[in-house]
Order: sequence, then structure tokens, then C-alpha cells
Amino acid sequence: MDNYNFPDQNGHFGPYGGTFVAETLIEALDELKEMYNQFKDDKEFLNEFHHDLKHFVGRPSPIYFAERLTYKIGGAKIYFKREDLNHTGAHKVNNTVGQALLAKKMGKPRVIAETGAGQHGVATATIAARLGLECVVYMGAEDVKRQSPNVYRMKLLGAKVVPVESGSKTLKDALNEALRDWVTNVSNTFYIIGTVAGPHPYPMMVRDFNSVVGKEAIGQMDDLEGKQPDAVIACVGGGSNAMGIFYPYIPYKETRLIGVEAAGHGIDTGKHAAPLTANSPVGVLHGNRTYMMQNEEGQIIETHSVSAGLDYPGVGPEHSWLKDTGRAEYVAVNDDEALAAFHNLCKTEGIIPALETSHAIAYAEKLAKELPKDKTILVNLSGRGDKDINTVANIAGIKI
Amino acid sequence: MSRITKTFSLLKSNNKKALIPFITAGDPSVEMTKKILHQLVDSGADMIELGIPFSDPMADGPVIQRASERALANNVGIRKTFEIAKEFRSSDQDTPLILMGYANPIEAIGLDEFLRLCKEADIDGIITVDYPHEESKEYVTKLRENDIDAIFLLAPTTEKERIKQIIKQATGFLYYVSLKGVTGAQNIDIDQVKHRVAEIKSLADLPVGVGFGVRDPETAKAVASFSDAIVIGSRIIQEIEKSNLDNMLENISKIIKSIREAI
Repeated sequence: MDNYNFPDQNGHFGPYGGTFVAETLIEALDELKEMYNQFKDDKEFLNEFHHDLKHFVGRPSPIYFAERLTYKIGGAKIYFKREDLNHTGAHKVNNTVGQALLAKKMGKPRVIAETGAGQHGVATATIAARLGLECVVYMGAEDVKRQSPNVYRMKLLGAKVVPVESGSKTLKDALNEALRDWVTNVSNTFYIIGTVAGPHPYPMMVRDFNSVVGKEAIGQMDDLEGKQPDAVIACVGGGSNAMGIFYPYIPYKETRLIGVEAAGHGIDTGKHAAPLTANSPVGVLHGNRTYMMQNEEGQIIETHSVSAGLDYPGVGPEHSWLKDTGRAEYVAVNDDEALAAFHNLCKTEGIIPALETSHAIAYAEKLAKELPKDKTILVNLSGRGDKDINTVANIAGIKI
Repeated sequence: MSRITKTFSLLKSNNKKALIPFITAGDPSVEMTKKILHQLVDSGADMIELGIPFSDPMADGPVIQRASERALANNVGIRKTFEIAKEFRSSDQDTPLILMGYANPIEAIGLDEFLRLCKEADIDGIITVDYPHEESKEYVTKLRENDIDAIFLLAPTTEKERIKQIIKQATGFLYYVSLKGVTGAQNIDIDQVKHRVAEIKSLADLPVGVGFGVRDPETAKAVASFSDAIVIGSRIIQEIEKSNLDNMLENISKIIKSIREAI
């Protein structure tokens, strides 16, 4: 992993990634590639980006030592990178600030987004309001039901939310619908993809905008511990918060990088959203090649997770590459374990984590138990759980 | 000479344009698809595009996506599509049959297996919507080795230099997407399409077909006046949705005949 330099010029991470889209989208992607290449090292653009991250998002996010949780588990020290404290409540906003700024530079008055849990939709609607851009968010009809507070939040922010009734009515279908919108309105529309998936340059661009998380963490851990953590843990659906914290850590060989997928009802049941852990076949969907949950004839199968944000049959292509090269490890945590970690964190640390994030926390608890007390674990606390309280209450049979 | 090329040259010598209807395999059922294929030919189709059902047809509009969903509900995927194609070929050796679909089902069964099934069913051409020419070198090479035409899409936004690159890979004919959008959209601008088709024809020796947005005899007639083929899909699938099993073939036949007469 010395001199890690991916993707290549055409967006490939080894055999993964690429640009698998209909010809109608090629021109738009070429334009985006060109503009991103122009601005990604542009001083003025980066100044604006970091200004917004500081003053609008509230960066840097702190790193917090979870003392009571650590004591309760009795193993390695557990730290949290508090992305839940960002404006809009998750890491998603880092990327939307970057892409919306790019949309503005490109003169696109309209932005569209897909969303699963609604965090990316809210983050997009938020930055669109701030920059005065028209905003349309596609959301699977199932997710609209599961995440009604976020739907209303987006509406308050002036966005139009379109429930997607096709297919499995979840995140993948929202992505399909957003791509269709983009094909149709490509001249005035910027598509803000929320995860490290999609055709090139999205996996790279979304990673780059989110890598502020890992960059900050390296400095903060040095201040707090005088060393880097022994393991960095993050949940993986599409994998944007994980790439954001993993990417700057890739050269730090002593630090294990662990992605936690959603095992849903259990890997054995087939009802999960863990293509890497389950060793699903490699496939092509949403513009890139990656591990993909599918049947033997290549039809994408329905996934299951208690958390809408992890409920995706594929995974960002860079994660597939990190798995194959062994630089990152991937494990899965089931619904029950994630819920237990959710409740535990609420009561132990006074933090209500997102259900997505709860998967990473559950695995961190397992790992901490196995490690001695002088080891440290850094968990990307990617989002807050306010949006999930209805789901959690329902599971407990409580009406709120 | 491929069956597609032969058909185009025959039509050209008769001063006619190709009519290429699209249907999805297994919609509304395997049995009906088999009947519809022959009905299309009897009503005046020159070639047929048969869609391989896919769970996530990103370049298609809601009508063709629903067709895919119905087909998948009937357990029709890539292998059943080949069974249907094979049966069609056993009683029709003249009409070119083109498969249209997405990359993932092909990769799931493997390119070599896909080609074996193509040969077995005597398929003439393939359109893989999400294989742009940069990502499909091996695919194109192997299709050529097997004498199967690799048909590529060209979009309103495809620049001249890129068109030249695509032409190098393409065989059979070029498929011009008439609008910025998905299949079945409404807002086709005839003058713009005419201008673009002329540009493509000045660069390529291949015939140029036009699809995405051709819905009625008037549009078909206008588009046929400057192109070599008309592809019509969503309009036929809407007829499948509206009809019952007793009048479906007749209703589809009426649409095809009206377009045949117009072009």
C-alpha cells in the first residue's frame, strides 16, 4: 500500500469502479471530471470549501474519549470522531458542501440527490437552501415511510421530495430515478451523489470531500494519545463515512481499518446488506463494478437492514479494492447487535447514535473486549440518531 | 455478411426503411412473448429488439421498467430470454434478432457463456446499454470473433471525436438516442434529430437507426425520411399493458402496421 494512488485516470480501483453508464450520461460525466480536476487543487475553491466546513458545518468535529463505555467493556480505549455534531447531524454534509460549491462554479442552478436514510437528502437540501439552488431529492417510498422526520425536514428546507415507487422502493431505486432525472435535465442539473459509488469521478470525489474526517483525526489522535489508533472502525453501506476516515489512514500501516456492514437478520439468512462480508459476486450497477448482492442471473436482490442508510446491495468500488488488497477488513453486525449498541451508547455516554453508526459501535465493543487496555480504537461516529427514534420505538412496541 | 447488414441492404435497394420494434422477453408471459414476436414480423417489422429483463434498468423510463418487473415476476431472466429467442429462430430464419440489456446479467453468467447462448440461439446483434466503448474492449472483440454485431448508442450530447471512436467499435448499425432522457419520453425535436443524424451519417458507413421517443406514425414518418431505421418500444409495451390476452396481438399489430405504412 506504499504510494497508494487510486483510482487510475479512468476511475478504476484495480478491477473495480469505472464508468458503466448509458451514452447519454458520458458527456455530463466528462464535464464533471474536467471541472473537478480543475477545482480540486484550486486554492480559492478549497478556501471556500474549508470556510463553509468551519463556519456552516462547525468543523473540526471533536474526538471524544468514551470513558464510561471503555470502562464498562474493560478493554481497549474507545474514541469517537464526532461527525454526529456536524450541522445536519452526520458526515454527509462534508460532501454536499463540496459538490454544491462545484455545482455553483459550473453554473448549474438545480441540484438533485438520492437518499436512503434521508441524511444525504437533508444535507443536500440544506446546502441548496444556503446557496439558493433548486433541489429535488429522490427517496424510495419504503424509506419515505421509515424516515418521515427527515422527509419533513427536507421539505422545510425548500426541497421537493419525490417518493420512488419502482423496484424495491429503497436507496438503489432512488439512485436509478435520480440518474434518469439527470439524463433528462443534464444541461441545468448537477447530481449530488451521496456515497462513494456511482460512475467515475463520484467515488473519488465523494471520498476526497469526506476525507477531511480522517485528516482531522490524524492530528487529533496525535494530540490526544501521541500515537495513531490501533484500529479505525466505520460502518459501510455505500461506504462514504468509512472512505472519509480510512483514506488518509491508508499509509498508516499499523492502523487496522475495519468496515462494518449490515448483517440484517444474519448473513446466513440472505436477508442482509453485506456484499463484502458475504463475498457476493462482482457485478455492475449504478455506473461502477463492485461486489454486489445479486442472484445467479445477475438480478439485483433485495437487501435488509434495520438502518435505511446501510440498505444497499452494492458498496463503493474502493472498498472492494481495499478488501481484495487486504488493506481494510470487512465484518458484519446484525440488526439486534446494532440495536443493543444503540441503547448501550444512549445510556452509557449520553449520545444517541444513528442506527447506521450503531453497527460500527457494536463491532468496536466486540473488538475492544479482545484487546488490552493500552490499545486504542477510533470509531467514526458518523451520524446522530434523532431520525431513528421512531424506528427504535416501533421495534420496542412503543408509540410516540 | 451479417443478417442485420443483409436486411439493411435489401431494404435500401427497395428504398425502404427498417422498422425495429422492441419488447421485453417474458412480458406479459413467456408464451405471449413468443406469439408477439411472430406477430411483429407478420405486421411488418424488419428486425426485432428483444429486451433482457433487468431489475435496475437505469436508462429506461417507467413503461419499460414495468415490463421488466412483470417479466421478472414471471421468473424470466437472461437464460429464459435465450430460450424464447431460440424458439423464435427455429421458425423464422430471416428476421434479425437483437438483444438489448444491461451489463450485469451478462457478467453474472460470464461473457463466454453469454456468447455460447447467443450462438445457440443465432442472435444477430447486442446492445448493452451501460457498456460505453471505453469499458467494453473485450466484449466487442469477442462479439466480432463470433460474428455478432455490437450495436452502440449515440446520444444528443456525444461529441464528434467520441462518435468517431464509437464508430470504430460498432458493427450492424448505430442507434441514435433521439433525446436527452430515458426511453418513452415525449419531447423529440425533429429538426435537431435530423441535424445530428446527418452529422453521424457523414462520419459513418453504417446505417443509423433512431429510437427513444418515436411514438406515432407522424414522428416515425418524419424520422424515417432522414434515417435508416426506426426503433419503437414503449408505445408497444403500453399496448401490452392496456390489452387483454384476447386482443393483445391484434392491438400490437395495428400499431406496427400504422407505422409500417407511415414509413
